[in-house]
Amino acid sequence: MFAVLGDLLRVNREFALGVLLTGIVVVVALASLFSPYPPLDVYVVPPDVPPGEGFLLGTTSRGQDVFWQLAEATRNTLLFGIAVAAISRVIALTVGLLAGYLGGAVDRILMSINDTFIVVPLFPILVLFYFVMRDRMSWAMLALVMACLGWAYDARLIRSVAMSLKTREFTRQAVFSGMSTWQIVTQEHLPYVLPIVFSTTLNNLNWSIGLEVTLSVLGFTDVNTPTIGGMVFWANQHTALVAGIWWWIAAPVVLIATLFIGLFLIAASVSEYIDPRSRLARIGAAK
Amino acid sequence: MVVARQDPAPPAASTSDNPTALSVRDLHAHYRVSHFGIRRDVRAVDGISFEVGRNEIYGLAGESSSGKSTLVKTIARAIRPPLFHVGGEVVFEFPDTGRFSLYELPEEDLARLRWRHLSYIMQASMSVLNPVRRVRHSFADFAFRHIGKRAPEFWALVAGHLERLHLSASVLDSYPHELSGGMRQRVTIALATVCRPDFVIADEPTTALDVVVQKGVLEMIREIQQQMGSSVLFVTHDMSVHAYLADRLGIMYAGRLVEEGPTREILLAPQHPYTRHLVASLPRIGDRSERHGLEGRPPSLAAPPPGCRFHPRCPLAMPICAQEVPPLEDAAPRHRVACHAVKRGSA
Amino acid sequence: MSAMPLLELRDVGRTFSAGIFSRRRVRAVAGVSFELAGDRPEVFAVIGESGSGKTTLARMILGAIAPTAGLILFRGRDLRSLRSSHDRLDFMRAVQPIFQNPFEAFNPLKRVDRYLYASARRFAAAAGIAEAERLADTALHQVGLTLAEVKGRFPHELSGGQLQRSAIARALISRPSLIVADEPVSMIDASLRMTVTNLFRSLRDQLGVSIVYITHDLATAYYVSDRIIIMRKGEVVERGDAAEVLRAPRHPYSILLKDSVLSIEGANGGDATPSHATT
Repeated sequence: MFAVLGDLLRVNREFALGVLLTGIVVVVALASLFSPYPPLDVYVVPPDVPPGEGFLLGTTSRGQDVFWQLAEATRNTLLFGIAVAAISRVIALTVGLLAGYLGGAVDRILMSINDTFIVVPLFPILVLFYFVMRDRMSWAMLALVMACLGWAYDARLIRSVAMSLKTREFTRQAVFSGMSTWQIVTQEHLPYVLPIVFSTTLNNLNWSIGLEVTLSVLGFTDVNTPTIGGMVFWANQHTALVAGIWWWIAAPVVLIATLFIGLFLIAASVSEYIDPRSRLARIGAAK
Repeated sequence: MVVARQDPAPPAASTSDNPTALSVRDLHAHYRVSHFGIRRDVRAVDGISFEVGRNEIYGLAGESSSGKSTLVKTIARAIRPPLFHVGGEVVFEFPDTGRFSLYELPEEDLARLRWRHLSYIMQASMSVLNPVRRVRHSFADFAFRHIGKRAPEFWALVAGHLERLHLSASVLDSYPHELSGGMRQRVTIALATVCRPDFVIADEPTTALDVVVQKGVLEMIREIQQQMGSSVLFVTHDMSVHAYLADRLGIMYAGRLVEEGPTREILLAPQHPYTRHLVASLPRIGDRSERHGLEGRPPSLAAPPPGCRFHPRCPLAMPICAQEVPPLEDAAPRHRVACHAVKRGSA
Repeated sequence: MSAMPLLELRDVGRTFSAGIFSRRRVRAVAGVSFELAGDRPEVFAVIGESGSGKTTLARMILGAIAPTAGLILFRGRDLRSLRSSHDRLDFMRAVQPIFQNPFEAFNPLKRVDRYLYASARRFAAAAGIAEAERLADTALHQVGLTLAEVKGRFPHELSGGQLQRSAIARALISRPSLIVADEPVSMIDASLRMTVTNLFRSLRDQLGVSIVYITHDLATAYYVSDRIIIMRKGEVVERGDAAEVLRAPRHPYSILLKDSVLSIEGANGGDATPSHATT
């Protein structure tokens, strides 16, 4: 798969642009490791300084350096998205592969749970969750809750692939080679669904980051942890636009737009190359 | 119009004075596969020449990846990228149209010729018949325009045609899924022949069918060919089907024609080592004598071996076989073989 | 009663429900009985066209689906009583399948030798990789291949014949007493077909493995099998010694089947005559 990505980088322009945009965001996030100020402290620099004069992106009304604040926020937001995507992928894979391969009662039980999660309205649940948890609401807990809400569609997709793999002769060959269910699912079937997982991961990343930003902007999250949405929230609290502190809002908005476009371009350009059939064609098996 | 072939006696004579319906000259067709800028040519049809006479069933035999399906696609000009016609000529000659070279023809002329003069029966009969509409619509879509008659006359003609094929006119009002596999394949053949084409190309039309049904469909193809006096190019890997149907037989191996001759001669006195092996390995009821498979595998068409493409598996291979491509030459009247060993033997 | 039969089918039947809402039931197999002797290996052919229930029968013998009527006994033991994973494993050690399409029988994204090693570990208690390789090599030798030819190869790098022989070698690792082969040669080229068919003979004669050979091809059935049954719409219409039945079938369906087999003896020489004259 890595060879494919390398080739894509060389040949596919959308993919290269997507990687570039996402890369910029990742570099900004990594910069947070070198931040001279503790991220949660306020009034460490003079407030309301416009960009340029000693501060690359200016400072906020709370006396924070926008660039370093943004770096910290980007890191938290990215990690949040990755955590949600990773946890929900694990759930989706386990449920999808097992339901598809085992079938019968296991399938029925798992799919009824799955369908429940599909029909549940997400946003009201998350807002409700915030009102129940209030101050105990942390970054990690929100990630966990969103992961639990974000696996259902993809589990169904994976299940449908697993169901068709189950009827293939090589699965029966594996059964009669004495392989266990675990071996069959992880070694025989997993390689076929990984490409799907790859593209759904990117979509899930976009989805979870978008949702987190929305909740943060409205203040329905732990606003003390700097995130991109959290920055906009604080800027709004200080009526930054009215006060003319435009850079406080512009910086996070530009960054999140860059990230969305980058991830979208990668997902869109990769999806046509990750079909297992095209992979087979590349290794020379199919005509 | 109906020219039955009654005279069985000298098979050599019956087609040699027959006018040629199709002549293929040095045809090349390649699959151009390109992955990230690296181009690879799969030479599925590599310099094939042969002729099919009017009123003749020419069988094309070959195993998987021998390029036989690609060859007929190229002959029908039913090619789509990544398959490209790279060189060579496909010339048809019909009484109504005269001679024309298929690849020099503009698209609109080609559309006029299809179905009317040249039709194509595929293995997947379902893909020709529209699955959500009654069979009647498929006939109207494909044939109405070509026949150029008013509706009542057209349907009378279709009904008559179906009757000749021992099909009841009620199939017209069925949906494709309501018909059995054999029936569907018969309807496809009826559809392909309703315009009384001069030339029919059939690509594995009976492979998916059970033996009992297969025999019925083959009988039907033979009967309709005799009624219409058209030429048929019939492709299958199954030698016994060829034995039943074909007048002449061409054997393909790895994109080339290795032997060609009257069916009976090929099957009873094969010359090329590959053909010999192919025929000898066929099991027969009533004969339990030991038969052997052929070791090795057909070569990759992306990087075929030099010289004769069969030489890595050939029991008669000589040094020259790996260097020079053996030409397809007459070994007997109307019997061509491409093999260095055979040429030397007969000389 | 002599030695216990290897495999015994008593009035076996299987029906499927036709759809979720439909009450209609489709009968795939009905009232099939036969017995394979425990002390005399043989190739037993099950002949039928599509829809004759022969694949359903194979899957029932393999224990992949349960019969809805009758009884299948393997060495005197009802297949339905094999519930524990230990029993299932023991059964799979003794009864192994060979599938129709050799290109589909191995995961195209995985190396072929992996299945051989898995069998060696699970069924032949191979301790390490060296032991597993030794067992795989022995089994591959029995089918005329060597481990060197197969090791590290992906399915697309082997020919259909090599793949089918690897699949047979895989099945042989557990030293089975019965192999169920469902249309094992219908997807491979004619020039390779006899290699696989000959292999069945040698498995029977040299390793003492009984083979249930499921096919629609009368000619190869005649070539390898000792006894045959001919199935139609789930029922057995004719049974007996393979050579006798195929030379002179009695049931109208068997006669029709035999008459439909095309042979190269009647080859055309440009003198085709409509065949209703000949049949």
